[in-house]
Amino acid sequence: MSMDGAEVLKRTLIEDEAAILDAWYASLREGTSLQSGRIREAELQTQAKAVYGQLRDALANGGVEADGEQYTSLREALADISRSRAIQGFTPTDTANFVFSLKAPVFAAIGKAHGTDAATLAAGTWAASKILDRLGLHTMEVFLESREEVIGRQGQEIAELSTPVVRLWDGILALPLIGTLDSARTGVVMENLLQAIVDEEAEIAIIDITGVPTVDTLVAQHLLKTVAAARLMGADCFVSGIRPQIAQTMVHLGVELNVVSKATLADAFALALRQTGRKVVRQQVSAEGRR
Amino acid sequence: MDRIPILKLGGVLIVTIQVDMHDRLALALEEDLTAMIVRTGARAVLIEISALEIVDSFIGRMLVSIAAVSRILDADTVVAGMRPAVAITLVELGLELTGIKTALNVERGMALIQSRLAEEEEDGCGGDREVHEG
Repeated sequence: MSMDGAEVLKRTLIEDEAAILDAWYASLREGTSLQSGRIREAELQTQAKAVYGQLRDALANGGVEADGEQYTSLREALADISRSRAIQGFTPTDTANFVFSLKAPVFAAIGKAHGTDAATLAAGTWAASKILDRLGLHTMEVFLESREEVIGRQGQEIAELSTPVVRLWDGILALPLIGTLDSARTGVVMENLLQAIVDEEAEIAIIDITGVPTVDTLVAQHLLKTVAAARLMGADCFVSGIRPQIAQTMVHLGVELNVVSKATLADAFALALRQTGRKVVRQQVSAEGRR
Repeated sequence: MDRIPILKLGGVLIVTIQVDMHDRLALALEEDLTAMIVRTGARAVLIEISALEIVDSFIGRMLVSIAAVSRILDADTVVAGMRPAVAITLVELGLELTGIKTALNVERGMALIQSRLAEEEEDGCGGDREVHEG
């Protein structure tokens, strides 16, 4: 007579625990996870053992649906493993194989126990396949989520790194812009600059666009907005580093920048010093110093 | 109804806005300020808004109209201590407050007013009210 698939799986997992675990370890050892050197064998075995134990307990508690309540702790454990895999830089195949490589040992154990009873064998194999597939997919979902998180964080970091506000002198700030300006980035630029103006009590801010490859009407508008916002806070804003070709293109496009603009950052800095009542003078070098 | 207090310091009227501006309060402020300029013959108005966190187009326009009225009554307007978020909002609303002078804080604002008043005294006449945009 045939038995319920979940029941078959449950019994097999309990009775053949040692054999299945050994076979699983062996297949994990052959997998590429270990060869990449990102994880040690002992750690991999500990994780496998924990997952196995939780799978056995979940089945013992009457769970056949891998989305069910009994599997909550197992799913969390797998999620933790996937997350650490994603951060450590494992490939998706390695991550998914961690669960999928349990299939072969389990199928073998079911086959050994119920080799003669085709119906029971099929039911047990189907139950094992269903649960393990679901768990495997779950690890992939978490893996991808974590990867996206990492990518999102990197994007944010790049955005922050690319908008540094530099203090040139007491009360004089410079903002060297590099790369294309879009609305999202201009927002970050504007916020950073205005916050820096408050923090440094700056009177003058210089926006240097030497590193901006193209200036179209939109970029010009963004620049004007930033300058206007800085003015509202009580700081003067200069624009510097407009390259010759860009200046020509801007004129041809009819883009007007009604702000103080200087050819180079040095010129703008000199103007800023003059406006704040400072002066740079060449020191008289004595005869001794020249030697 | 609450009103925003206006302090007189020499020839300068100082207003610090420390509550959320609502429309009626802003209208009352404009009225009080106008009356006060006429009564005291003040030469400058300093509006300190570092505690102002939220602005809308109405408040922005109020600032512009206060500045315009003050100019007619021969007083400069300086807005001091605007927060970054407020500045961004005003720019996004298209209110660039042209004609209003700005300063980072009250100290700088007072320095700006003093230097302007001193300049005018040097010129020998107080009637020349040409406004240089900062």
